[in-house]
Amino acid sequence: MRISTIMICFVICGSVNAAEPQLPERVKVKDFENDKGEKLRLLWGAAAIEDDEKEAALKSGKSVPKTSGRKPASTIKEPKKDRSHKPDQPYFKYVIERKSILLKPEPDPNRDDFDPEAPLIALREFEVVAEVEGNKQEFVDKELDRKHNYVYRIKLKLPNGTISDPSQTASATPVLQWVDQSKLYFGLFMLVVCGSVVYFIEAAKAGKTLKIRKIAGLEAIEEAVGRATEMGRDCLFIPGIQDINDIQTVAGITVLSRVAELTAEYDAGLDVPTTRSLVMTVARETVDGAYTAAGRPDLYNPDNIYYVTDEQFGFVAAVTGKMVREKPAACFYMGAFYAESLIFAETANTVGAIQIAGTAMPSQLPFFVAACDYVLIGEEFFAASAYLSGEPQQLGSLKGQDVGKFIAGLFLILGAVLMTVSQFVHRGESGEKTGDLQNVISFITESLLGT
Amino acid sequence: MLKRTIPLIIASIVGIVLILAKFSHPIQSWETEVVMWFDILAVFAFVLGAGNLNLNNLKKISERKAGWGYAAITLLAFWITLICGIGKLGVPPNEKYLAYAWSGSYEAEGSAFWWIFNYVYVPLAATMFATLAFYISSAAFRAFRANNVEASLLLLTALLVLVAQTSSGPMLTDQIPEESAWAIFKIDTIRGTLVNLFNTLGTRAIMIGIALGVVSTSLKVLMGVDQSYLGGD
Repeated sequence: MRISTIMICFVICGSVNAAEPQLPERVKVKDFENDKGEKLRLLWGAAAIEDDEKEAALKSGKSVPKTSGRKPASTIKEPKKDRSHKPDQPYFKYVIERKSILLKPEPDPNRDDFDPEAPLIALREFEVVAEVEGNKQEFVDKELDRKHNYVYRIKLKLPNGTISDPSQTASATPVLQWVDQSKLYFGLFMLVVCGSVVYFIEAAKAGKTLKIRKIAGLEAIEEAVGRATEMGRDCLFIPGIQDINDIQTVAGITVLSRVAELTAEYDAGLDVPTTRSLVMTVARETVDGAYTAAGRPDLYNPDNIYYVTDEQFGFVAAVTGKMVREKPAACFYMGAFYAESLIFAETANTVGAIQIAGTAMPSQLPFFVAACDYVLIGEEFFAASAYLSGEPQQLGSLKGQDVGKFIAGLFLILGAVLMTVSQFVHRGESGEKTGDLQNVISFITESLLGT
Repeated sequence: MLKRTIPLIIASIVGIVLILAKFSHPIQSWETEVVMWFDILAVFAFVLGAGNLNLNNLKKISERKAGWGYAAITLLAFWITLICGIGKLGVPPNEKYLAYAWSGSYEAEGSAFWWIFNYVYVPLAATMFATLAFYISSAAFRAFRANNVEASLLLLTALLVLVAQTSSGPMLTDQIPEESAWAIFKIDTIRGTLVNLFNTLGTRAIMIGIALGVVSTSLKVLMGVDQSYLGGD
């Protein structure tokens, strides 16, 4: 009845043409791929038919048909507008309605007649969940419950507010995906890198000799501690301003172990202010172990490793004040730093301290490079622990990293070549890049890199 | 055993769970649990930190060490803030429970804690942050000295970016038409190329190295190869 009304309207307006809005013949709902059972994908019209064809082709083992002459949902243009339509108004919309059916009724203590064996009972009325533009053929419904079956139907809504009769219904239940298959390629890459690290660690344990290049910043640690000893001043070590759950803090603590061993050997003072009490506890254990390993447990003073405050600039004020008053001869900054990096480095510079910094915060590296004597940049900082320990199994992990770098280099070259070539390939009618090459680039960026 | 083996086992199990959580949806809830455990541990550690702060500063005062006056101020500030926060001094009661004086939030507007935070802490933190501007100037002065070819290139690059950032900088090359072949020498184009191309290239190269370093360090912790963070036996 309502459809007839709409048709009459169009005849009156004298604008009935081939692009007039019609209810989709095919409505389809399917589980959303690689989610935790919270989403469903609703398809209609050409997109639904295309999806049917793809599924049929996959089942029969044939190649997936391209578009069967239809344009993909995302590129379908809005149908021609009737003359009465104002340009600033959408032509028509699809109204998506949904109702849910509880698959397994949960016990309700307030109801005496509750029967857990009863069939599906929680049938509700259809409710509107969304209105989408007339040029769309897909809708993703979110925040759903895996215990429900969801039934969908679609209606047409014209600019004058007229709503058509509903389309056929389609239903589905969201399913929990145990493995996120969209990240499988990333997982594979991770396995290769981790596998190579483990392989080289085992190879080093078996006696394989590994050549590691010299890192100036780490070679200078002994020089800095020696200088502090000669000057009779302390060494100041700051393990970043993040908590121990940050891998940079862990890396900083491993460098602290080596610095503490040296200060124990040289009988130099060591001062370690921290912003987190957990870091203080870990640092105390580490320094205690280092002093014991150096054969000078008597020199260990836990009061030299202390908590200041969690607040960034409160910590900055306390540490820079201490720098100015006590004038440490060597300052080490190893961990995660933010705006305070340059304040520390410049203050220590004014008191004439030798400074060695290491961080994996790219935005702070220029500040450290400008103000410090030596800087461990990114991977060098993480390599410090292995380098300083000199243990073969730890050095093996550095070789494993090189395999990762090699693979990353290959992908960079491949990506650069593909992107360059893609600039010369045929472009589609609307100017977008098309063809297999673009598919390869999309595959690399979306599946492999997971962007 | 208690000091090394058990912490290593815990670190390995938790680390593996966190890795698997990235690939499996059901395990993601375990990740939340693990993070919650860390928060609980951090709360206990906070008590430890507060105790350490008090002990350290009291020791400084009693031994009249250099800067003991600052230690006294630190302790005073700590206790005043703690009492204002825990005692909810000046906190207006919650609108739902007007009969209960302590029902409002400790950081409610108008409370003593709120006042200390907004009128003492925030200005002090802003002052410390503001000193950064002077330190940037002094660091730039040293870094941009044209002692050799590399330093000269750095100076030139920095100057170009700096001038292009100013409001009048782009006017220097305004005479070059947009559509001419010389347009690549317009100062804002050069700045864009330096910042978006060369800077991005360098940053990404560092980021790749960092990512691989993180993987390697994490594996060493998970496998117990690097135990230096656990201290001695």
